[in-house]
Amino acid sequence: MVRSGTSVVGVSVRGLGKAFRGTWALRGVDLDLAPGETLVLFGPNGSGKTTLLKILATLVRPTRGSGVVNGADLVRARDQIRHRVEILSHGSALYEELSPRENLSFAAAIRGDRPAEGTVAAALERVGLGEVTDERVRTLSSGMKRRITLARLLLRHVDLWLLDEPYTNLDREVTKVLEAALQEHQERGGMAVIATHNFLDGFKLATRLAILARGRLILDEPRGTMTLPAFQELYALRTEGGGR
Amino acid sequence: MNFLALAAEILRKDLRIEARSREGVNTLLFFSALLVFLFRFALGPTEAQVRQGAPGLLWFAFILTGLWGMARAFQIERENDCLEALRLVPGDLGGLYLGKVVGGCCVMVATELAIVVMFGLFFHLDLWPAGARLVPVLILGTVGFVAIGTLFAAITAHLKAREVLLPLLLLPLVIPVLLPASRLTELALAGESLGAEPHWLRLLLVFDLVFLVLGYLTFPFVMED
Repeated sequence: MVRSGTSVVGVSVRGLGKAFRGTWALRGVDLDLAPGETLVLFGPNGSGKTTLLKILATLVRPTRGSGVVNGADLVRARDQIRHRVEILSHGSALYEELSPRENLSFAAAIRGDRPAEGTVAAALERVGLGEVTDERVRTLSSGMKRRITLARLLLRHVDLWLLDEPYTNLDREVTKVLEAALQEHQERGGMAVIATHNFLDGFKLATRLAILARGRLILDEPRGTMTLPAFQELYALRTEGGGR
Repeated sequence: MNFLALAAEILRKDLRIEARSREGVNTLLFFSALLVFLFRFALGPTEAQVRQGAPGLLWFAFILTGLWGMARAFQIERENDCLEALRLVPGDLGGLYLGKVVGGCCVMVATELAIVVMFGLFFHLDLWPAGARLVPVLILGTVGFVAIGTLFAAITAHLKAREVLLPLLLLPLVIPVLLPASRLTELALAGESLGAEPHWLRLLLVFDLVFLVLGYLTFPFVMED
């Protein structure tokens, strides 16, 4: 987190916890993220990665703790955060009877954005869907649908990207597009939190590495000079037995 | 985003999907035809019996098809987690509610008109003279039904037993709309003025307003986690 003049930029959460019907999915998470940082979050299934992303996106209210995204409170200033955040989750959030172009235009419009002429087509072109911009989504493959969600991410310049398993259904070519887009996002001062099981690609994108296990953040440090094999060894050690 | 602009976007999207999805329109029309066909057997050929039972049967058919339409409106949003993306819309989510209500009314009124036409054909009734009085009744009754139906369709959207729960929760609540709508339909079909029994019209208008305000105010809370 960085102070810029009187406002606070970055993400900061303290003691964040979330319980679903008495079961704690997330417990006492403290996290700071400065502009331009990409935190890659690893952890076994059910460790709370998706819950953390959803709390940061304001889709889920924390049971305990507090947090801010660029000065806006996670609970009291949800609308401000929603303008500044884009989430890519497991569901594609695409309407099957609409075309990729219509889906992207709709997604932008309900957020109050009117993309400039050609922006939607350019985003679809960038993910290799220039030929099918007006086809109905239901006629496209699951990989192509995933590409549309990536194009939607490229449409808006927001402060924080929250990506949940972004590599699912992406081929190498489009993975490179995602990496390039993330690089540009970082250069603009954008932040990203990526939850993934993909060590190879995730490690490459990270400026910070974190491990969640059983709802607790058991590691959070800059990537620095750490190598992938060293991190994988550390991960195996820390999450042995589900991270108890 | 202001709530009217959001409502317009939701409405445009929903109508576009309905127009393209043959599944929805065809199923509704087939179901409506089947209902009217069954009524034909239930009532027999006597015109007096048909005229007596017509208002209730028409609204019975409207409600059955309407329940299906309500459930479908949120089934579209549940597919691919579109509802989650809608929940992230900044600003007044009342616009989302309004868009869904107007879209639901358009689809339901169109289906109701198809049912009325089929009813006229199956029972050899000339319903054209009643049209001018009948259409406002259909619209007013539909607004009340869809206003509360949209709210409950959103509440039950994530529940496993939603197909059972939606009618169970909704039907008792729409009685204050069904009673005046049915009585006013009877007046319209008999060629009488709707003002002949103004208390029914007032009751219908009041419940339309109550359900709309209730839906608009509570919908944003329903959409939260």
